[in-house]
Amino acid sequence: MFQKEKLDKIKESFKAYDEKVAETIKKRPERKEVFESGSGAVVNRLYTPADIEDFDYETDLGMPGSYPYTRGVQPTMYRGRFWTMRMYAGFATAEESNKRYKYLIEQGSMGLSVAFDLPTQIGYDSDHPLAEGEVGKVGVAIDSLADMEILFDGIPLDKVSTSMTINAPASVLLAMYIAVAEKQGVTPDKLRGTIQNDILKEYIARGTYIFPTEASMRLITNIFEYCSKEVPQWNTISISGYHIREAGSTAAQEVGFTLADGIAYVEAAIKAGLDVDTFAPRLSFFFNAHNDILEEVAKYRAARRLWARIMKERFGAKKPKSMALKFHTQTGGSTLTAQQPENNIVRVAIQTLAAVLGGTQSLHTNSKDEALALPTEDSVRVALRTQQIVAYESGVADTVDPLAGSYYIEAKTKEIEEEAMKYIKKIDELGGAPKAIDMGYIQQEIMDAAYNYQRDIETGKRIIVGMNKFKIEEEPPKGLLKVDPSVGELQKKKIQELKAKRDNEQVKEKLEALRGACQGDENLMPYILDAVRAYATLGEICGVMREVFGEYQQSVQL
Amino acid sequence: MDRPIRVLVAKPGLDGHDRGAKVIARALRDAGMEVIYTGLRQTPEQIVSAAIQEDVDCVAMSILSGAHNTLLPKVVELLKAENAEDILVIGGGVIPDDDIPFLKEKGIAEVFTPGTPTSVTIDFIKANVKRK
Amino acid sequence: MNLAERLLKGEKRAVARLISMVENHDSEAVEILKKLYHKTGNAHVIGITGPPGAGKSTLTDKLVKALRKEGKTVGIIAVDPTSPFTGGSILGDRVRMSELSTDPGVFIRSMGTRGHLGGLSKATQGAVKILDIYGVDYIFIETVGVGQSEVDIAKNADTTLMVMVPGLGDDIQAIKAGIMEIGDVFAVNKADRDGAKRTATEIEMMLDFNQSDWRPPVQQVIAINNKGIEELLDHIKSHMNYLKETGKLQRRRSENSKLEIIDLTQQKLINMILDKSKKEEMVNQLAEEVASRKMDPYSAAESILKNIK
Repeated sequence: MFQKEKLDKIKESFKAYDEKVAETIKKRPERKEVFESGSGAVVNRLYTPADIEDFDYETDLGMPGSYPYTRGVQPTMYRGRFWTMRMYAGFATAEESNKRYKYLIEQGSMGLSVAFDLPTQIGYDSDHPLAEGEVGKVGVAIDSLADMEILFDGIPLDKVSTSMTINAPASVLLAMYIAVAEKQGVTPDKLRGTIQNDILKEYIARGTYIFPTEASMRLITNIFEYCSKEVPQWNTISISGYHIREAGSTAAQEVGFTLADGIAYVEAAIKAGLDVDTFAPRLSFFFNAHNDILEEVAKYRAARRLWARIMKERFGAKKPKSMALKFHTQTGGSTLTAQQPENNIVRVAIQTLAAVLGGTQSLHTNSKDEALALPTEDSVRVALRTQQIVAYESGVADTVDPLAGSYYIEAKTKEIEEEAMKYIKKIDELGGAPKAIDMGYIQQEIMDAAYNYQRDIETGKRIIVGMNKFKIEEEPPKGLLKVDPSVGELQKKKIQELKAKRDNEQVKEKLEALRGACQGDENLMPYILDAVRAYATLGEICGVMREVFGEYQQSVQL
Repeated sequence: MDRPIRVLVAKPGLDGHDRGAKVIARALRDAGMEVIYTGLRQTPEQIVSAAIQEDVDCVAMSILSGAHNTLLPKVVELLKAENAEDILVIGGGVIPDDDIPFLKEKGIAEVFTPGTPTSVTIDFIKANVKRK
Repeated sequence: MNLAERLLKGEKRAVARLISMVENHDSEAVEILKKLYHKTGNAHVIGITGPPGAGKSTLTDKLVKALRKEGKTVGIIAVDPTSPFTGGSILGDRVRMSELSTDPGVFIRSMGTRGHLGGLSKATQGAVKILDIYGVDYIFIETVGVGQSEVDIAKNADTTLMVMVPGLGDDIQAIKAGIMEIGDVFAVNKADRDGAKRTATEIEMMLDFNQSDWRPPVQQVIAINNKGIEELLDHIKSHMNYLKETGKLQRRRSENSKLEIIDLTQQKLINMILDKSKKEEMVNQLAEEVASRKMDPYSAAESILKNIK
């Protein structure tokens, strides 16, 4: 990239600069002895071409829309169309969430993103004892197809793209979505959207697992296979670094652990007999956006480049789409403070810039009150407006990958790629992500980073504005969203009514058919779909699978 | 006799976000306490059984699912039923300020919301455990 | 009602409190144990040890569940290391035994080693006695297998179960010597992993040098899937039968008691030396002299012993 003589010249003048700086520092010291990035990596005073001397434009960057996709997965990026502004929402009953979705569509949201409550995410019906106090709290409660029909009432499923944050029971919720579409007269090949369906990060960081690793991996590959034939436009997994980062990882760990999970899914699918190019184009990723904007931009670019290389070199993928890492971003929930919540609007704006400068395909922006409760409609609107301001007013969306070529960004991109690769190698040595999780290796690494972060805050080494510096006395915030506690009772009643009304013989028959399939090695999707159509509840379907597969046992690293 | 304070760190409810619970567990350990960690998805019954068997001085619960108003008071009730109301009960997590007076009235000694330094929690436990 | 009565009535809180008192060297607890010692000796005490990550807690969980199906009651003592720097510890074994938490026939207690070398708390012996008096049929002592603790376990248990996993390689070599002497039953956990058979064969080969008439059985298990648990439990029970039939139970317990008496005596002696401030001063004084080579440590020790009566 750089001519040798010119590089030597630069190195010489850097030396001179360094000497001069040493003088200056004696008189006027810098603010800190060591400067660190948002995830604790050392940041140098100055970056020059010497920091990226081995850099090769063609092999390291290339053009947007082509290998290794460092500069983005589409040739024109946001000049074609903006990223999808996708606001994650859902609470209480299907009726209430349906209203929120219609409001968001009216406000210019381009895709839906469904949040489910915890009992749904763990495969329990609302009347299960463990669901006590949890129904409708962090998302919408879905017990059966009947709830799903209400959730998407009046929303044409061939027109919207829907993302569902569902993992362990992803196959069941996807089946419900397909069944609702059928009732709307929409065939599965028209459906667009994503299911999160990433169980490994549930074991690592998020905790809403049900089944043991092996059964979970089977369910996931079943979905890959089924969708490649029946629901070809569906993104069958969203391999998530988001929660890994929320659990306290560094940026490089986020990339390393997420791609290691990705490798495990690809390997599982290949082992199940699928051709890599049939399912790889439907893989998508999900990353976090924190405040260190430059580190974050480098992170997204490193992830794209590394994944492209892995798919091509390790798995021999042929289709360009198999190598292009597309991703959704959510701003960092753990970066929000409960103190002076208005400040969170600014944080989210910075994080939005990071995601957009990093070339995200879709984005959810957090609302200012999320460190306190579920967001209100007003605060969700401000969060959405933040994206719109960045899109329409900031100008950053008008040229592709504008930060490329910055010495710092390129050096940082390389640094993150290398560090992530080290983690992937280590995990390979341990026998792959599922084994590394089983041994607690990944959890331990994250926990160490999280504890260091917390200590840096408490010692004041790391400043969080409004929390450990620039504090004020403040009144508790008013007007937070409250979920009606009667939702639980309401859902219980709905289940009772459903069970009285449906053809229970048929339900039993379909559930037994599913049980048989679970014991064998057929694809489970058609059986789940049959049970869903007969209005078997989520808890009943997952219950059958729990009986056959057993439940995952947590590996705790402290 | 100088003895370590024993604390049960538990996650009631179904949410899987245990970063806070694990960070506080480590901080309490580093403050010289014996921490018994229960893992995820603990029912109030399980928490109380563990607290009794482990003879802890304090039960510290972290909850982010929004089910705090249901689950935290239930732990206090069950402890009372076991004549173990001398065990200090505290909570933490995403808990709106509006709910705190209710929780305190129900016997939760203190609620620590996001951003609370671990040292504050440690000092509170040291100052408030009943059995010296 | 006093603690002893509450313990005899089977009150869990009293059990728990007494264990704490033993941990804290409370003299009242010692008095209670003196009074009720004759009620001990009925439980089958099983020590479980093995390298970190072998799945000891999960295995304990499954064994206990199998025993509960037979209607037996169980006490579990799970020992984890205490940080030598802060005196704190995180005891996480309950995570894998969540379902047993609310079982009225099970009592689980986590203990930190609190600075005792060997990984096994001195208080464990006290806790075993308390659970024995409380009346459980089986007592499991679970501890991380690092060095000395396996041997410590054997001092407390009737049956010692060594848990191994394939793929730890050198670790097995490292603790070979310890295994030979103290393992009564061997479990190779995670037997679905590559190398499980080899690990089992390696253990069998080492056991070929065994001189005793009890040949320790080696059982492959997959604890997480409940595979091999019944068989393992049968081995544990037959070991107890063997001890009883051959009269070795009495001999073993008497050996263990001897070690305990010596331990307690040593402890008392050390306390006598160090408790009184004046005597501690003397020890410090001697230490200075030894350090500056004015005296040798052998003579120093002898002069201390001359001073106590």
